[in-house]
Amino acid sequence: MDFSAISPVSLIVSLIAASTPILLAAIGELVVEKSGVLNLGVEGMMIIGAITGFIAAVSTGNPFLGFLGGAIGGALVSIIFIVLTQYLMANQVASGLGLTMIGLGLAALLGHSYAGIKPPSSPHLDIAGLSDLPVVGPILFNHDFIIYFSIILTASVWYFLNRTKAGLILRAVGENHDAAHALGYKVVRVRIYAILFGGACAGIGGAYLSLIRVPQWTEGMTAGAGWIALAIVVFGSWKPWRVLIGAYLFGGVTILQLNLQAVGVNIGAAYLSMTPYIITIIVLVIMSSDKKRASLNAPAALGKLFHASK
Amino acid sequence: MTPLLRISGLTKAYPGVVANDNVSFDIGIGEVHALLGENGAGKSTLVKAIYGLVHPDSGTMELGGNAYDPGEPRNARASGVAMVFQHFSLFEALTVGENIALGMENAPETTALSEKIRTVSANYGLTLDPDRLVGDLSAGERQRVEIVRCLLQEPKLLVMDEPTSVLTPQEVDILFETLRKLKAEGTSILYISHKLEEIRTICDHATILRLGKVVGTCIPSEETPKSMAEMMVGTTLTAPKKGAFQPGPALLEVHNLWLASSDPFGTSLKEITFNLHAGEVLGIGGVAGNGQDELMLALSGEERTQNGTIQFKGENIGHRGPNYRRTQGLLTAPEERLGHAAAPDMSLTENALLTGFGRQKLTTNGFVKWNATKNFARAIVEKFDVRTPSVNNAAKSLSGGNLQKFVIGREIMQNPEVFIVNQPTWGVDAAAAADIRQAILELAHNGAAVLVISQDLDELMEISDTFAVLSEGAMSKVRSAQGVTIEEIGLLMGGTEVSHAPA
Repeated sequence: MDFSAISPVSLIVSLIAASTPILLAAIGELVVEKSGVLNLGVEGMMIIGAITGFIAAVSTGNPFLGFLGGAIGGALVSIIFIVLTQYLMANQVASGLGLTMIGLGLAALLGHSYAGIKPPSSPHLDIAGLSDLPVVGPILFNHDFIIYFSIILTASVWYFLNRTKAGLILRAVGENHDAAHALGYKVVRVRIYAILFGGACAGIGGAYLSLIRVPQWTEGMTAGAGWIALAIVVFGSWKPWRVLIGAYLFGGVTILQLNLQAVGVNIGAAYLSMTPYIITIIVLVIMSSDKKRASLNAPAALGKLFHASK
Repeated sequence: MTPLLRISGLTKAYPGVVANDNVSFDIGIGEVHALLGENGAGKSTLVKAIYGLVHPDSGTMELGGNAYDPGEPRNARASGVAMVFQHFSLFEALTVGENIALGMENAPETTALSEKIRTVSANYGLTLDPDRLVGDLSAGERQRVEIVRCLLQEPKLLVMDEPTSVLTPQEVDILFETLRKLKAEGTSILYISHKLEEIRTICDHATILRLGKVVGTCIPSEETPKSMAEMMVGTTLTAPKKGAFQPGPALLEVHNLWLASSDPFGTSLKEITFNLHAGEVLGIGGVAGNGQDELMLALSGEERTQNGTIQFKGENIGHRGPNYRRTQGLLTAPEERLGHAAAPDMSLTENALLTGFGRQKLTTNGFVKWNATKNFARAIVEKFDVRTPSVNNAAKSLSGGNLQKFVIGREIMQNPEVFIVNQPTWGVDAAAAADIRQAILELAHNGAAVLVISQDLDELMEISDTFAVLSEGAMSKVRSAQGVTIEEIGLLMGGTEVSHAPA
């Protein structure tokens, strides 16, 4: 065993890349849940984003248009969820699970002829001088543009939720939709925008997998990332910066265990592969053990159906 | 002088019911106008039309001589109509400032708004801290949030729907002072309440609705509460008859009960001790949110408590669940009719089974005896005059009063030895409320011990033999209900024992 083969710098660089798809999907889901909607279809929207983004990038040759395609794909498929839960008053849990299944199946169908193709590569930030600095350069100044986008997105969502009137309205809708309605706010409209935003974020996260992280299209390539994103929203107690920490923690443990496998640690590969999930669950349990504090942040109307006649 | 608001021929129909039928009345400038009527008389629909939440089918409104058709609440607010809601339209996890900003058009940014809130709340004697979470406030303080939110918009017309139902008598006095000040400044107030004494105190005129129609107007100070109640109901009312109280043996003994609330905004119970005797009706007063729900959960068995804190007929039952307590004869009816006392989408028969299966022997070896269950449900419907097409109807299809009669009847028909009920007549019309109170008195007369938790002091005075108050999770000493004055109760509600209060 040679632990010196694990370089801390490259570890951090790759953990950021591994975390970004989950962070993107989780930030989107955070906004959805803050509006009082529980969309369990993140996995389905991610994989749709992965294939539509892949198709858009391959057919245009432009990675930017690829990510745009992923966002549009994720948002479009979330419309199914919108129609079911906001207009037909269907159960959100069942609709979300259904969305995941539709997404996985539809993505496999769309991606039928795209297996084995290499997508156009995405540009990396390259600032002369800065990007070449030792340690700091690769960690801060030499990523692809989506990573910077994901951090700006986290900051913007934080600003939106805590500092703008529209964000206040969104939180109010998620806290008590009957009261928000009584004050004259359009509960359903706010929620539709939130769900579309969540779908677009999940789609970009999925596109990151197929265009940068892997980069190619394989069936079922999200491999549970959407579910982890859902868990991280809870773990982050619905706060954007904590969600970022949660995503990086999961990404970090994933990368670390891959590195440990590579250097041949004397632990079964199967056990190492479990660790990101187990550690995320343990941290989640510890974080939410203070029931009072956790339920303070949880949107009180989460998962409840709203009908204006009530 | 042109009135501030003139409503002419307003009609609004819902499928199967005409909520407002050709309603007309005027509200003058600087007038406090009462709207009276039982539940279902159409008060809420009318108020919603004024606030733009409901579109009337026909009829017109004029505000200050101009045609007024708000269409949606923000237009109503822009025209100078503000509303304080019956069930607070507040967001517990948001701060006072955020809550107020949500109810305003063009709210200023946070620091300026906080400053404004402080000024206005000080002007009207309604102290408020804009940075506190609403979830941490008392019911009285929450109402201040609603009122200050309205006042910041300098309304011409302030609509108040049941503003005093959750206040202590002292808080009501503060509210009335604020209202008098507003009235002196020329603000008109539309005041909706069931509490006829309050209407006599504060209102200049009253319009009475029954079944969606205006059935009369009056000057409240020239009427008695009884005469106004009879105008609302349309018949003569008789108070329930109460027999003499002869306490039997103690059936339920609660000793040093502490219980931490599982709700982040709930109230933990502190050292509750009392005995409940056969034949006794113990009334527990107090402002909502002072531990009523937690006491109910502890007594029903939904929350378990330490050994030795609750004894029923001498047996420790603190660690026993609701089903065991039910079979032993301790029955409960919680406050929330739909969703807690009854499953909304299940039929009355199924709901009868849910609490009655043990004592009424409605199952054999785990199989439901549907015929016996149906007969049980029918018996409840018949005995308690529940208006429903059949026992197969879903619980949620019944009106509030009818479902409440069913829920109370379901427990009383099982011959409880101890019966515990929270808010037995909340949101129930006067006739049904009288029936329910009569049934509770009969139950006690026949030897059961009854504990009634209620925020309606008049109701408690009417039916209780003994009386106590919950305040911040602690319970006052149990005293005889005879000769207790509203003022004493008010002090108890504020957490002061009367003996310590200055004379």
